[in-house]
This record gives sequence, structure tokens and C-alpha cells, in this order.
Amino acid sequence: MASTTLYSQRDPMLKKRDGFEDILEERRNSSDLKYALRCYAPVLYKGLTPCKANMLKNIVLQSDHVHYVINQVSQESGEAPDIIHEEASVILEEMAHRLTISTVRFFAFALTKAFKTIFQHVCVNEEGIQRLQQAIQEHPVVLLPSHRSYMDFLLMSYILYTYDLALPVIAAGMDFMGMKIIGEMLRMSGAFFIRRSFAGDKLYWAVFSEYVKTMLRNGFAPIEFFLEGTRSRTCKSLTPKLGLLNIVMEPFLKGEVFDVHLVPISISYERILEESLYARELLGVPKPKESTSGLLKARRILSENYGSIHVYFGQPVSIRSLAQGKVNRSKHNLVPRHIPRKPTKETQSFVNDTAYRIVRLQENNMVLKPWVLMVSILLQNPEGLELSSLAEQTLWLRGLAQTYGAFLDWPDHAPSAKVVLSSLALHRDLACVSRGRVSLVLGEPQCSVSSEEAVFNRAVSLLSCASYRNQILHVFVRPALLAVAMGNAASSKKDEVYNCFSFLRKMFSDEFILCPGDTVQDFEEACYLLGKSGSVQMLQQNIVVTDRGQSTLSFLTGLLEPYLQGYQVVCQYFCEESCDSLTEKRYIPAVRSFAVKLILAGNLRCYEVLSSDMQKNVLSALLRMGAVTKVKIADQVTLRVNKLAVNSLEDTLGGRLPTQKAVLARL
Amino acid sequence: MASNSNSSERQRIAQQRLRVITGHLLKREDPVADSGVTGTHCKAEAAGSNEAKKGTVPKKRQEIMKWNGWGYSDSKFLFNKKGQAEFTGKRYRLSGMILPSLKDWFENTFGANVKQHKSPATPSLNASALPAPNLNDAFLQDLKATGIPFSHEADDRVFRAHGHCLHEIFALREGRGFQRVPDMVTWPSCHNDVVKIVELACKHNVCVIPFGGGTSVTGALECPPEETRCIVSLDTSQMNRILWIDEKNLVARVEAGIIGQDLERLLNEGGYCTGHEPDSMEFSSLGGWVATRASGMKKNIYGNIEDLVVNIKVVTPRGVMEKSCQGPRMSTGPDIHHFILGSEGTLGVVTEVTMKIRPIPEYQKYGSVVFPNFEAGVACLREVARQRCAPASIRLMDNEQFQFGHALKPQVSSIFTNFVEGLKKFYITKFKGFDTNQLCVATLLFEGDRDKVLQHEKQVYDIAAKFGGLAAGEDNGQRGYILTFVIAYLRDLGLEYYVVAESFETSVPWDRVLDLCRNVKERIVRECKERGVQFQPLTSCRVTQTYDAGACIYFYFAFNYRGLAEPVHTYEQVERAARDEILANGGSLSHHHGVGKLRKEWMKESVSNVGLGMLRSVKDYVDPDNIFGNRNLL
Repeated sequence: MASTTLYSQRDPMLKKRDGFEDILEERRNSSDLKYALRCYAPVLYKGLTPCKANMLKNIVLQSDHVHYVINQVSQESGEAPDIIHEEASVILEEMAHRLTISTVRFFAFALTKAFKTIFQHVCVNEEGIQRLQQAIQEHPVVLLPSHRSYMDFLLMSYILYTYDLALPVIAAGMDFMGMKIIGEMLRMSGAFFIRRSFAGDKLYWAVFSEYVKTMLRNGFAPIEFFLEGTRSRTCKSLTPKLGLLNIVMEPFLKGEVFDVHLVPISISYERILEESLYARELLGVPKPKESTSGLLKARRILSENYGSIHVYFGQPVSIRSLAQGKVNRSKHNLVPRHIPRKPTKETQSFVNDTAYRIVRLQENNMVLKPWVLMVSILLQNPEGLELSSLAEQTLWLRGLAQTYGAFLDWPDHAPSAKVVLSSLALHRDLACVSRGRVSLVLGEPQCSVSSEEAVFNRAVSLLSCASYRNQILHVFVRPALLAVAMGNAASSKKDEVYNCFSFLRKMFSDEFILCPGDTVQDFEEACYLLGKSGSVQMLQQNIVVTDRGQSTLSFLTGLLEPYLQGYQVVCQYFCEESCDSLTEKRYIPAVRSFAVKLILAGNLRCYEVLSSDMQKNVLSALLRMGAVTKVKIADQVTLRVNKLAVNSLEDTLGGRLPTQKAVLARL
Repeated sequence: MASNSNSSERQRIAQQRLRVITGHLLKREDPVADSGVTGTHCKAEAAGSNEAKKGTVPKKRQEIMKWNGWGYSDSKFLFNKKGQAEFTGKRYRLSGMILPSLKDWFENTFGANVKQHKSPATPSLNASALPAPNLNDAFLQDLKATGIPFSHEADDRVFRAHGHCLHEIFALREGRGFQRVPDMVTWPSCHNDVVKIVELACKHNVCVIPFGGGTSVTGALECPPEETRCIVSLDTSQMNRILWIDEKNLVARVEAGIIGQDLERLLNEGGYCTGHEPDSMEFSSLGGWVATRASGMKKNIYGNIEDLVVNIKVVTPRGVMEKSCQGPRMSTGPDIHHFILGSEGTLGVVTEVTMKIRPIPEYQKYGSVVFPNFEAGVACLREVARQRCAPASIRLMDNEQFQFGHALKPQVSSIFTNFVEGLKKFYITKFKGFDTNQLCVATLLFEGDRDKVLQHEKQVYDIAAKFGGLAAGEDNGQRGYILTFVIAYLRDLGLEYYVVAESFETSVPWDRVLDLCRNVKERIVRECKERGVQFQPLTSCRVTQTYDAGACIYFYFAFNYRGLAEPVHTYEQVERAARDEILANGGSLSHHHGVGKLRKEWMKESVSNVGLGMLRSVKDYVDPDNIFGNRNLL
């Protein structure tokens, strides 16, 4: 089947994006109660096998798959199958949702009230809704929203209810279940709960995957989960987790359904409810445990203005058309389909590619506000800017972002100064204007605090700002990597630049959404975009910076600077400070205090390395590249460092060492 | 059908009668003037008389059969002046009858219009457009010396240039013909004739393509366009005798050119049958069955062709291959019969076969069961297979085919029958709550002695009841089987009105039956849409055979091609996609149609590289010069 459903990623601007409708507008003009109680009759999947939420459990427990695993576990553990069966039933009880319309109506009512208070607009692309409605009728559908806030899944159900669409069942983390009453209410609004980790628990996996697959096969409801696995605290997309995606693909790969449609959904918040919470979390203040009382305390957010939300329902992506020519489904012909098997290499890489593709689609349809552009500029000018100069540069950046296909929500017909000012007003806790000069508010200037606390406060502000800048990184990341590569490469020779690019890409593949194996495509895309913005000229063998390209390249390099520095600092830590007994647990605090020391000594100005997210990403990059290895001693995991390797990575990142080995067979 | 005794006396008399009747029969019809056909008949070692022996198939087939469609020239569907459908001729139960609901069904299903949109065929073969035969003179000289009849007339050659694939029939109807056709046709009358022909072919490097019934639907009979040698079509139709019957072992030695209906009729006269009844048995030949691994409707009792043959004699370029005894089973390495079964004419010509025979069953009874939906029907068939109590034949038709079967009901003469039909419908839909757009029908055929049949019938109906099936009478069942033979004629009707149609089949494990049926149908619908077919296609399937470990599924697929530039190309793309879908869903490349040229591309995937290499090395040894050069299979 031709993959007409996918559009070229090369130039997202070519595709016309849909317009938005504000769904709060109608709510502000009519009765909320009437809305919550209105007739709800969604369009259902044409192959639906009607069944109640409770019957699902029986189907799952009686499935061949679960039976098989029960017997297997029973044989391995020596327990009687009955007992294992009982265990399975308990797992399912703990997991299963109890979707009931009355609870949904309650949420519809309560959320309307809350949304109207804290948000100006909730905008949805209605064409996307129409496409979704059609998809739901034709095929089992999987909804894949981006994940930036706790709000996401309530918001999703809210929107679907508003448009009279089938309500989804949602895979949620177990942590929600701990919340009194709320946990049960979420369950009744369609959430089902999964343990955070159950590696090696065959029975759990069997029950869980069969539960999801049963709902998919029967067309019970659209299945919703977050590809990123958890909320992104940094506002840039997280590398996708593949577990659930593997599960929802299986019914197609095994021929149990004709097709499954994946719907990428991008939810962009102008201001995230958890903004400063995230920054603190990244700095090591532990995440508060989800509790009902905590939620009640969070009521204060009701008095603030969080701007608007944009929800973009992307084009449904047919797994069948994606798999065409990539997966040989007949691999499943020789073993009964209910016997669980590890996915083949081919399947794994297909699932992985699909996951990245969907996350990129999510990224591409993220709506970006002017503030995101402004903060990107402000972060590169820590000493502040004249308001007029900020406005001018913001306009310039708007042009560049649009050239690169960004989805900007820039108010029509408003003078740029006004746009800048109103953005500043909304984010007044992050930036301030004094005497015509705009600067970021970096920590409260209190003299009573210790210098370390001052660093912490500054870091909170900077990380909050960075989280806005991060929203636009996906637009610039490829050209920016190329810009850095051009700076690091010994010459302007294309293959040398490619080598540098490929190294950087590899280094940062946990940091940004860069699909493994797509190096050549990414390089070509980067060249194309830089060429398109007139920043470089592609000659036969060389890539040459144009005169007017200098500023673009330096902006792009500046955009990645915190990452380049941060990664080098961690490498430096490994080379200078780490000892053989460094445990994995100790790693983050140790790096943090190393960085704080550097900052206090005035040797480091980059605060972003304090973020545990970056620290984790560096570690996994180093592990991936074999410069650090994990060794299990007793019940402790310690990190073994190959200092030579780490050192050379650090120097290569800093452009002090040429990138080794040519990898450009296809250029 | 009833016969009450099996005593040896009866058999002796029967055998005697058989010989006498065979003699008479063979003298029957012989309307063919041997114009253009030279040579004399073989004087081979045969039990009966050889004089003017003739089966149903004359040398000049085109005189009784359509040159550009299915079956006998006198039998076809048409819409008469009143716009009603009727089936012409006298040969079938349906012949001469009016089918009042066919037109509506046809128009509604395909969006066709019987009055306005016609796509008539070229009336006759344009012989002048045919390239002159590329004859090998030396071969011709030697062949003449043997006295074996041959011809290089245009209509003889064209008739043997094709089977019954859609693209073949379509090309004929359009008058486009084929890129390559046989250069001559020869009619051996016995094994020795074949030996002579093959020897001469080897000597003069001539390509030989065996031709049996000509009912292939895999492109197996097409001549490879790149073949530059003289192509000789070896028509086996005149090798059609039963050489002997061995009643002690219940086997018969039969020449491989005999066609199904003749074989069955001749055996019936002696009180025997083979029980091998493929849907094409009116025209397909014993040799063709062996060469394609054919399957018969009643295989549950009698077995498929590989279960039925005891000995095969085959003439190859290396010489004659035959087992030295008729032991019922042997452990002598891989069974050499299996190199020939399914070889599709690539290794040699099957000339004689010893085949199992059975006394004609004492009692036969049709039956049918209505199920609320296809899922229930499949579950029932699976259970029947599990209990190993499948009747001689059991077939499950999906809802589309049920509706289609309805459209083929002849005009009911009495008001009473009409009334009864109405009552039945009321009972099933209103009383039992079956949805006419969901329900499906299984047709059954029981055979054996009367008591056992009745007992068996009860067992099957009891199982059906467990799956919500309701017995729906003998008539419905019988009609299902009668339709088997006339259904093939319907494609020609469709082709008159812009509708192309084809069938294909597969076999699949039980647990995959439903998934495969659903996915393949859906794939067809989508592919049609994507390729610009303007009308909703008809996709329909039925489960036609049950096995211990799976079932055979038969698909029908048709669409209205008005508005398409290249309907056949579109059709082929869709069929290809459907086959991909079948393979992806655990179905086989073919259950009984074979591979031919149509499905060659999937052979490697189907049997592995090594498997294909084995087959290739057999071909290389047996036929190093590719004398049997039809290029099927490999």
C-alpha cells in the first residue's frame, strides 16, 4: 500500500497546517452542566466486538497467551497453575480501567471550570479531529500525545468528549494510583495503571500486553499512551520508549487486525503548570509523590494565567504502510501466535524507526510562541538586550525559524514590539524590563543566602528559561549540529564536516530526537536547510559559509553551546575526579557538586550541566560509546571509566581533536 | 446412485459390461473431420478395441468448446431481450432456465448496467495476425514418419497457447492474442507415441509443452516469449483409455490424457469411481491433476491426487521413469512420484497412471447448514475437523457468496414453493434473528451406506447446532454443488459488461483462517481503491476443504473496470497484493492450482533457497536441454 499518509519530513513548510478552533469559547457562552450532561454518542470502530470493561478481564485471563505464560511460570517456579492464575487475576485487577461515562461527565464539568480560569484558549485543529473520527471508524487507533504536563491526558479525554469521539483508554504510571479517590476516578475515566518497572516479570508482561492487545483487537476504545514514557521536564522531546509501541504493533504484525493507525498529537502549552517544579526536580529536589492532598495544595495555580494551549491532531499514520517492505510478517507463520517471542532485529528496528518518526511528527506540529524565540536570544545574551534590539532579533529569528519549518503562533497584524511586550508580561517571573533593557531574572538577589544557594536559585531560573528555548530546538538541531561541525572540522571539506557532524550526532543522540541510522538523511537535511536560509553554499567538495550566514551560524552554535559545554564538564569530571568505587547512584550528586565547584570558582558559566537530565544523557552517551562501563559488584552498580577514551571524546567535542575515522561511504 | 450388492458375481458382470459399453461408447460421437490433421492411430497394447476410440474431447477442441471463454460453446449465460438472465444449452441442470434475480444482483453488486455498458468480445479468431509457425523441418520429417497426427493450423495453435487466467481470456476476447503460441500441435495416442515424440524433440532440440485439459489458471500453458526453438504442444487428449481394471486391488490403469468426466463415467459403468472430483473435472485431465497436485471436492473420503495414485509412468528426456511395483507404500528414499506430482510439465509427460478406484457409494445425501455469521461457521468446520468426522465434502460460503447463490436461483414455477421459501426465510431471519447480511451457509455431501450416512449426518448437524447452525435442507446443499460447474461460465458473462473476475486459493492453519480471510478481502478493497477502480469490488471467500491442521480457502474477486485504462494490469497488481497478503498471514502459495508462471516469484520465499535448489537440480538432471521448456515453477 502506498504510503500516501506520510508527508515529507524534508520540508515541513510544504505541507499546509490546519487552522485552530478555540474550544473554550463555546464553553464560556453556554452552560457547563448542560455540556457535561449532553448526549454522548461517539462513532465507533466498524469491527467492534461489543463488550463491557469487565468482560475484557475474562477475555484476557482466558487468552491462549496468558494461559501459556501461566503454565510456563508454574513450571519454572513449581507453583500450581491455579495460584499463578490467581496472581494474574490480581495483576489485572490492579491494572484495569473501569471506564464509565458518568465519571467522564464529572471531569468534563470540573475541567471546564478549571480550564476557563487558568487558560485563555484551548485550541484544537478541527480538521485533525475529523481525520481522527474517520480513522477510528476504519481501524484500531492509537493516540500518541506528547507529554509535558500532568494535564495532558485529562486534556485529551476532555477534547475527545467535547468532539463526541470515542474516549480512549490510557496507559498511566502506577504512581497515580496511589492518589486517594483521584486514582479511582482516573480509572473510571479510562486510565489503566502500569507498574514503572517489571523487567523480567513474565506474568506481568503477559497480562499487561494481552490486556492492551485485546482492547486493540476488539476495537474497545482508542488506546492512548505517551511514547516518551514520562513527562519531559526539559520541554524537549524525550527519546521514545518502545515497550507499548511494540505491543500495539503486534496485532498488525501477526495479522490479527488489518491495520492500526497511530495518531501523533502535539500538545503545546504557552506556560506549563509545572514550570518551576520541573527546574527544581532537575536540580535534585525530589519530585513530590503524587497525592490528593498535594493536588489540593496545587490549587493556587488556579489563580494564575497560563496562557493558551494548542493541541494538534496529526495525520493518522498507518502501520501497514510504514511496514510495507520493511517487515516480513510471514516470520510469524511458523510459531503459534500466542507464544511470546522476542521481536526480531527487523521488527525492533522497525518499531524504533516508527517511534522516532512519530516523535518527530509530534515535534513538527508543536505550536511555538514568540516567547520561545525571545528566550532563545536572551539566553545567548546573559547581560540583557535593549528592547528594540530584542524585538529586531526576535523578528530575524522568526524568519529563520519559519524558513526551517517551525510552526509559529505569531499574532497577526500586531506590531512586533507589542508582541514582545505581551510575552514579557506573561513571563514576568522569568524576564524583566528595566530602563528599556530586557534581561532574564536570574534568582532573587538576596544577600542572606549562601553562595551555593545563589547558584541554585540562578540555576532554577536558567533551567526554566532553557525549557522554553528547548521547545524550538527540534527546528534548529540539525542545522545547529552542522554549524558546530563546520566550526570543529579541520577544513571545509564536505567529508570532514560530515565526520564531525556524525560524531556530534552520535554524542547527542540521547539528548535530541535523532533517529539512529539516519545520519546521512540528517546531514542532507541540515545542508539543505542551511542552504535554504542562505547561510552556506554547497560546492562540489566543500561547504562554505556565506557572508550573511555568519550570524546564523553563530546563533546556531550558541544554541548548542550549553550542551557542548555541559558534556565536556561531565567528561572532565570523569577524567579528574572519578574513582573506581563511583556507584551509579552517587554519579548525579557527584557531578552536580563538581559543577557547582567550578561555577563558584568562576571557571564555568554554564548552569545547564546542573540538570540531572543532561547528566543522565551524558552518562548514557558515554556508556553507549563504551567510554564508561557498568560493573555490578555485590548489589551495587559501579561505573568503570576509560579515562583515555573519555578524554578524547571531551577534546573532540571541544574541537581540539580531529574526528577520527571516515564514515561517509554514502556521500 | 444406489447399488445394493458388492458380490464378486456382480463385479464380474460389471466388468464384462464395462468392456462392452466402453466399446460402444468409444464409437459414439465423433463429429470431427480430420481436416488438416494427418496420420493414423496408434496400435497400442490395449484391452478393448481401438477402432475410432474417442473421448469427449476431439482433436479439434474449438468445435465443441469456446475458443475465447470457458467450457462448451453451446452453454453460456446471457441477458435475454427482456433483460432477464438465462443459461443456454442442455448440458446442465440450470440449462435453459431463467434466473430472475441475477440481473439485479449483477447490477447492484458491480454498478454495472446491462443495457448501456457492454464490452463485447471479438467474434472470431484473427488467424492472419498470428505469426507463421516456426517449424523445425528435420523434426517435422521424422514426426511424419512416425505417423503421429499433428497440425499447425492457427486455431489449433492458439487454443493451446493459453489456460483460463483472466489475462489470457481477456487477450483473446480483445483479439490481441499472445506474444508466443505453439508452432505446432501433435496428438499422440499412447505411451509409445509420446516416447517417440520426446526422443525426436531431444534429437532436434525442439521445445515440448504438454497440454491436457487446458484448464490451467496459473499461466502454465503460456509459451515463454523468449523461446526461439520450435514449440510443440503435446496434446494428450487422445490418450484417453482405461487400460485395465484390477478389482482385487481396486486399482485401474488409465492413460493420462483422459478427462475427469470420461474417467468417472467409464468407471461408473463398471460400478466404480475414483472419487476424485476437482471443480474442473469436466475438462481437466488425469495427467494435469498429477502435474499440478490437484485436489478433489470429496478428498475427505478418497484423498487428493497424491493419495490416489499408485503408479505413474512418465516420459522424460532422460527416458521413462516408473516404479517397479505397486506396493501400497514404500520406504525407498524420497518418493520419486513426488518429483512428478506438481512438476507442472517441466520434467516430462505423464502417460499412464495406476489409480485407486472405489465401488460407487450406495447412498449419497446433500445437506446444508445456515450459520449466523462466518466466524461461527469456521468454528464449526474446525470442530468437525477436530472430530475427524468431515463428510465427503463440506464447504462454507461467506455472506457474499450466499447472496450470490441466491441470485442464481432459477425461476420458481409454483406459488407453493415460493411460499415455502418465504416461510423459511421468515423463520431464519425473524424467528432465529439471523442477519441476512451476516449469515453464511455450509453445504454438505455425505456418501456411504445408508445407515452410516444418516448417523454421520446427525453427528455433523449436532456439532453445527453447537455453533448456532440451523439445518437448511438438502436442496440448498445440492444447488451449491450444481453451481460449482456453472459458476465458471459466469466470468464470461461479466466480461461482456466490463466486469473482470478471477478466483484464487490458499491453504492455511485453522487459527489463521478468519484473520486471513478478513485481511485479504480488505487488502483487495484497498488496493482497488488505490489503483483507481471506480466501483466497489466484490470479494468473497469460502472454506472448501478441511484438514487436521488447517483448511483450504477459495477467494472470488471481481470488479467493474469501467474507467480504467488497463484493467488487466490493475487486476494483476491487485491479485499480486492479495497473494502477498495471503503469505504474510500464514497462507500457502497454492493449495491446488499450482505455481505456473503466475506465482514463480514467490517460490524461493515459499520453499527456501535450498528447496528451490533441489528442484532445480532435478530439472537439470532430467532435462538438461530444457526440452520441456514451459518455464513453470522454477
